[in-house]
Amino acid sequence: MQEDRQHEAELIRRILGGEADLFHELIRPYEKMVYVTIFTILRNETEAEDAAQEVMINAFRHLKSFRGDSKFSTWLITIAMNEGRQRLRKIKRAAEDSLEDTIEEPEGDFTPAFLTDWREIPLEALERKELRQKLRQAVETLPKIYREVFVLRDLQEMNQEETAAALGISIPAAKVRLHRARMMLQKTLVPYLKENTPARKSFFGRLFQ
Amino acid sequence: MKLECKQVWEHILEYLDQQLTPEVRAEIEKHLENCEACSAILDSTRNVLILTADNRTYELPVGYSKRLHDRLEMVLREKPDSGNTSGD
Repeated sequence: MQEDRQHEAELIRRILGGEADLFHELIRPYEKMVYVTIFTILRNETEAEDAAQEVMINAFRHLKSFRGDSKFSTWLITIAMNEGRQRLRKIKRAAEDSLEDTIEEPEGDFTPAFLTDWREIPLEALERKELRQKLRQAVETLPKIYREVFVLRDLQEMNQEETAAALGISIPAAKVRLHRARMMLQKTLVPYLKENTPARKSFFGRLFQ
Repeated sequence: MKLECKQVWEHILEYLDQQLTPEVRAEIEKHLENCEACSAILDSTRNVLILTADNRTYELPVGYSKRLHDRLEMVLREKPDSGNTSGD
């Protein structure tokens, strides 16, 4: 990890020194991270791809302002989150549908889905397209404030401090939102997973224990 | 102190992220030993998180990387300037 950071720092120094081509190499490990972050916010492939390109271009143009006191990935993801939020606002304005944004901290039922005989769904189940789609859909249907925290914390594995800073909210607020996001996902997905994966069937169930 | 199910749910996040004090963690584990429902909620939440975060769950559009680097190529001919705001 430390070596990666040193390598990155060296790349950045050389890019700023005029070897612009090295920027391709610098961002290659983060292509997917940037796309997934924006896609989760915008929920549209074409828009997310265009936005991801813009993020990389902006990162190149503003590379000099990267101070190196945070990780490059954190810096990049913050740019991605801002781009995603900005575009979402634009889309919403166009659609005159800003309802979602006004739901700041909905009070509600955050009790989890109850079940007793839960058996772990194996990772092999991800080979099924419907399952991957269902997982993405569940994330997409989270209200925006929960999606944002979820993508940074649980998909991109940023820590609490980085997440709160990237979103401009307090650490306790980030924590509450993440908790709710996870509970909502559990509630949406667990009944589906139980019904639709082979692990549930008693015939196959033993295979996955 | 005996924890109720509802209190256990409130601690799911800290439990999964290993942010609990050893005392509270021990209380929760004691509860989990005797409560099948809470164990299932915890395991299923953890399972959902693992599945969602798996590399296969999100796919890049076909040709994404090439289009990205092609577009960048045009921009890289410019010199990076002393830009300031986007990432700060």
